[in-house]
Amino acid sequence: MAEPAKRTSGWPNVRRFVRSIAVPLGAVALALIIGAVIIELSGASALKAYEALAQGAFGNARGWQRTLEKSTPLIFSGLAVAFAFKAGLFNIGAQGQLLFGAITAAWVGFAVHGLPPGIHAAVALTAGAIAGGLYGAIPGALKTYTGAHEVITTIMLNYVAMGFTDYLANGPLKDTSPGNIVARTPKILPSATLPTWHWLPFGFVLAVAAAAITWWILRRTTLGFEIRTVGQNPHAARYAGMKVARTVILTMVLSALLAGIGGAVETQGVVKRYEPGFNANLGFDGITVALLGKTDPFGVIPAAMLLGAMRAGSNQMQFKAHVAQEITDVVQALMLFFVAADMIVRWLLRMRQAEEGEKITLSTGWGAQ
Amino acid sequence: MNKPASFANWKLFWKRWGVGLSVAGVIIAAIAYYYARSPQATEAVLASTLRQSVPLVLGALCGLLGERAAVINIGIEGQMLMAAFVGFLVNVYTGNLLLGVLAGIAVGALLGLLLAFMSVTLKIDQIIGGTVINILAIGLTGYFYKVGLSGHGKLNAIPLGPLAKIPLLGPVLFNNPPITYTAIILVFVVHYVLFYTPWGLRTRAVGEHPRAADTLGINVYLVRYVNVVVGGALAGLAGAYLSLEAVGSFERLMTNGRGFVALAVMIFGKWTPLGSWGAALLFGFASAIQTQLQFGGKVNIPPQFIGMLPYLLTIIVLAGFVGRARPPAADGIPYEKEG
Repeated sequence: MAEPAKRTSGWPNVRRFVRSIAVPLGAVALALIIGAVIIELSGASALKAYEALAQGAFGNARGWQRTLEKSTPLIFSGLAVAFAFKAGLFNIGAQGQLLFGAITAAWVGFAVHGLPPGIHAAVALTAGAIAGGLYGAIPGALKTYTGAHEVITTIMLNYVAMGFTDYLANGPLKDTSPGNIVARTPKILPSATLPTWHWLPFGFVLAVAAAAITWWILRRTTLGFEIRTVGQNPHAARYAGMKVARTVILTMVLSALLAGIGGAVETQGVVKRYEPGFNANLGFDGITVALLGKTDPFGVIPAAMLLGAMRAGSNQMQFKAHVAQEITDVVQALMLFFVAADMIVRWLLRMRQAEEGEKITLSTGWGAQ
Repeated sequence: MNKPASFANWKLFWKRWGVGLSVAGVIIAAIAYYYARSPQATEAVLASTLRQSVPLVLGALCGLLGERAAVINIGIEGQMLMAAFVGFLVNVYTGNLLLGVLAGIAVGALLGLLLAFMSVTLKIDQIIGGTVINILAIGLTGYFYKVGLSGHGKLNAIPLGPLAKIPLLGPVLFNNPPITYTAIILVFVVHYVLFYTPWGLRTRAVGEHPRAADTLGINVYLVRYVNVVVGGALAGLAGAYLSLEAVGSFERLMTNGRGFVALAVMIFGKWTPLGSWGAALLFGFASAIQTQLQFGGKVNIPPQFIGMLPYLLTIIVLAGFVGRARPPAADGIPYEKEG
């Protein structure tokens, strides 16, 4: 039924694992090859570019820290997208939810005084999570009660969130310290910041923990079972007595909650304030991360680290090999293409084609289910 | 004997056209009222409404051509962005605006071909396929964009002789740049093709019941390919409008969600060209009013809130109309040939 994971032990398991990561790895390799061709065509050296990229991302402790810092919000937005996927929902709104999480955490971080260090950080994080989650409730409710497709509503809500946070950072929450003219909030208090141990940001640890919790919810709880059932067959779920409407809204809220934490962690761990534009496109990146990780919470971590490494090293690449940073976006889009078009990769690797149940389907038209 | 019949006819007529006529009446009355009060501002808002609606109506036509053949195109945004960029580049290097527009159309069609390949041949989930196009467009335009490129002019308004001299109507309808005229013509062309030609009938059959269409000897895949590619060309024209007619230059992410708004326009227009045009004008009006509110200086609303108007309107429209408007029955479902 809804539980495809057969429990086998020993070698077959390893082979299954290798087979399951073959497609994403093949997609990454193909994307990197085509990216190299584009770099060469624009007159630069692809080998040099990739070398500089790798060095910038993993060359030293500072590089590792940057990579992990860049991966952290990607893990959260990837988890957000993957989680919604399980219920058959396409949450492109991680971006907006993340922005609300980020600015709320910043607000709690600078405006609330007198809390002890750890508690203050936890309160700010929780506030960011709630803000993101509530913002995700809107498309969830719109979908269940009016049938408005979440793909369009979440994208529209991204623009609304951008406008609204921009207004806040320019108006009520603006940093009024002398000399500041740009739109940004004041710096958060030290008690609200998340620490970094040597090169390991605390936010990254939180992200890994969030992945584990997401896996646990999906695989080991009744709610998770309901979410997966609704995703695979809403009619069957309804027939079995599950409250589909409630599940859809709850899934969107939890998905958005993850995105909200991602924004809060970015604010409290890296930026230390809210500035518009620092996390553009994180929402779209989440889609690539989720699909690259095969919408598996633990698959999301390496996928996010790969993209994070590309983000972290792209500065070095631009500096040393004179290749514009945006090539990473191109490579990323190619990765998404090849993961989605897995039959191309399977054909190249001489693997059997995917069966019906393994494919991802979201396009169920615009109406309510 | 004649009287009741004609009365019934009149009732039927009212049932069919009543709402439309009443809305049109109210709109005309409102325009007349404002025109009497401040002719210049009214002209400006209406002209701006028409121009702002151009990329939306073209995008909606792109979307509905695909969806009438059951292919959802969520990549309109990316097709527009890419076309805007390439059209601009061609203009920069050749100095020719027409070549730029043609290049934009070609790029849009090419991306349409990619979408058709993904959704018809590879049978990838159509929403993911469109997302691939969007992300690809953001990446490629970002990578190849160089700050400081400057285009050679932009498409200027062509007044249509004496027609342009008519008060109110002249400056609004008959003094527009070429892509704006083209968009209006295309609305009627697509309407005609979709509802009065064999091709349109095939398209609708493929969108409603591909299996039946297939049995009748219609090449389902071909119909889908052609519609998505032609749609892509229209999205490309919308992109060319943005960079070569509206602004005369290219900015990163300049489409600003118009491709997605266009989908809402299409739904609001119930998957018909004429309906989409009306919806696009409504959205165009929301954008036009925005500029008036921003620079009119009468109301004190933060600009960010005014900027949200079209997006909020999209959400309201989707929430209010999706349930009532019926999409093509096979919308979004890849077709698998039997045997």
